[in-house]
Amino acid sequence: MMSPSLLMFLIFIAITLAITYWASKRSTGAGAYFAAGRQIKGWQNGVAVAGDYMSAASFLGIAGIIAFQGYDGFMFSVGWLVAYLTVLLIIAEPLRNAGKYTMADVLAYRLKPRPVRAVAALSTLTVSTFYMIAQMVGAGALVALLLKDSGISYSAAVIGVGVLMIVYVVFGGMLATTWVQIIKAILLMAGTFLLSILVMFHFHFSFSAFFDAVGQVTYHENGKEVVKDFLQPGLRYKPPYGALELISLGLALIFGTAGLPHILVRFYTVPDAKTARISVVWAMALIGSFYIMTTFLGFGAATIVGRDYIATHGGTNMSAPLLAQALAGNIFFGFICAIAFATILAVVAGLTMSASTSFAHDFWTNVIHRGVERKAGEEVRVARFAAFVVGAIAITIAILLGPAANVAFLVALAFAVAASANLPVIVLSLFWRRFNTTGAVAGLAVGLLASIGLILVSPSLMAVDPPTVTGAARHLIQAKAWFPLENPGILSIPLGFLGAILGTLLSHEPTSEDKFNELLVRSNTGLGAEKTSAAH
Amino acid sequence: MSETTSGKIQLSVWDRVAASQEFKNLIARKKRFIVPAFLFFLVYYFLLPILVGYAPQLMARKVWGNVNLAYLFALSQFFMAWTIAGLYVRAGNDFDERSKSIIDEALIPRDAEGNIEP
Repeated sequence: MMSPSLLMFLIFIAITLAITYWASKRSTGAGAYFAAGRQIKGWQNGVAVAGDYMSAASFLGIAGIIAFQGYDGFMFSVGWLVAYLTVLLIIAEPLRNAGKYTMADVLAYRLKPRPVRAVAALSTLTVSTFYMIAQMVGAGALVALLLKDSGISYSAAVIGVGVLMIVYVVFGGMLATTWVQIIKAILLMAGTFLLSILVMFHFHFSFSAFFDAVGQVTYHENGKEVVKDFLQPGLRYKPPYGALELISLGLALIFGTAGLPHILVRFYTVPDAKTARISVVWAMALIGSFYIMTTFLGFGAATIVGRDYIATHGGTNMSAPLLAQALAGNIFFGFICAIAFATILAVVAGLTMSASTSFAHDFWTNVIHRGVERKAGEEVRVARFAAFVVGAIAITIAILLGPAANVAFLVALAFAVAASANLPVIVLSLFWRRFNTTGAVAGLAVGLLASIGLILVSPSLMAVDPPTVTGAARHLIQAKAWFPLENPGILSIPLGFLGAILGTLLSHEPTSEDKFNELLVRSNTGLGAEKTSAAH
Repeated sequence: MSETTSGKIQLSVWDRVAASQEFKNLIARKKRFIVPAFLFFLVYYFLLPILVGYAPQLMARKVWGNVNLAYLFALSQFFMAWTIAGLYVRAGNDFDERSKSIIDEALIPRDAEGNIEP
């Protein structure tokens, strides 16, 4: 018999494929393909941003970290919402006013387009691909686990997720991606809300009973029973580096979110800057409500299901689905699993979209062919091809790495690159008249290399494993880590800014200063901004 | 938009708008909201990891039942973010009106010296 999970997976796939078919009939022309004709309404884009942003790492990962390490996991929840103030106050409106399809559009106004776009495209592809591989490995392990009754293997799950995301993006473009993200966000909010209500129902809607239980979480550690207060900080971030790690994580989230290419491209889908602003506020309402509810998901799993049971039934990432099973049985478990699946698909579709857009628009059209489309529609065709290639690469790497691979660091890496390479250059380009091409290239390169370099020598990849740890779970470099923090933000972000500032001061480019007024006026008023294009 | 056939030195529409009093007012208005809001949010947010990291005893203090200062301070961050977002939307209406009038002004056809054509 078909399991409830599989049935709900199939329903979701059928609905999203129908949307893709509908979108493919409407998506003609570059504006329609890359930016959904810039006709997405404010609330729709807000919901889509939430759907684009809240990955499996937020839904399953956060519930798991809180269930296992209590309060410290909630620090991710806080940072992931508050980061949207940077998007709202600094990035969203100037980007919509001055850009067309990618973040590099904003840089190209006053700087030399070819070097800047080449490096910006490299940074975008790095962030998107790393983030995508992390999602794909997670997705494969998860789907295989969720659907193990149906006999679906890790590789089959990875290929399934990969093929679906390629289909959405290649045939449906930004319009289909948007609606997949909207549906996923609504499902995720509904599932999380239901789960939270059920947790509180379990405690007879008494918050004091709930928090009392959180104060006495019982589990086994090294064979001994321990009782811990999960509201107390310090279970994950311990001395000597815990405090620095928390600050470094905060920096990467606050400055990285506003530099994530797949979030930035969403602001090109709305008619104007005002709508972009409204959409961030909608996103903040949803994302904030969701992350507050991680209190119930995480602590609920810790108190109702328990660490011991979760550890032997799939591990931390299964905390939320197992909580659903404990509270309302197998059908609800299937529903929550289907939501987790939808969550992953919507995020990887957004990542594929932004990676292929950057390749086609920045690299192919503007770097290689100097801004000229040789044939009408070439940019869209190249983007579709790039989406296919990016998807195929992500599938291959995810299968080669296997389900046991340690990929959590890839998410930290994506945020670190976004915060250390992308954000400094966007901000300096918008606000510093003296800024120039050398500065932009230096900032992007230093931010990118510093993030990758520091993560390579961090405890995520460098540690001495006991001989009992084998295979993919072993650390890449068997030596004591040279850099003590998992998140390099505290060092790589200042380095990115420093690279951009030094590069600027050591060179001279009068045209960049002359053209600053154009970017200043465009980004602040919307004069000359890209208009809504008619969809058929 | 700023190119003309004559060889005369002239101001582009961008330079002309950038130099206008209306545009300077818009930028001043934006700065007056965004700079303090951004600094407040940075300070308020980073106080959380700093206090949790360096003053764990203070943060562990229980305020209501088992609920401690650390959790309440973390929860307050959500309301801080929503409040700033709400205030910004209100301020944004003023920016939109000013931007619109600047754009309307800029799109009036002009001759090479920047005078409005009769």
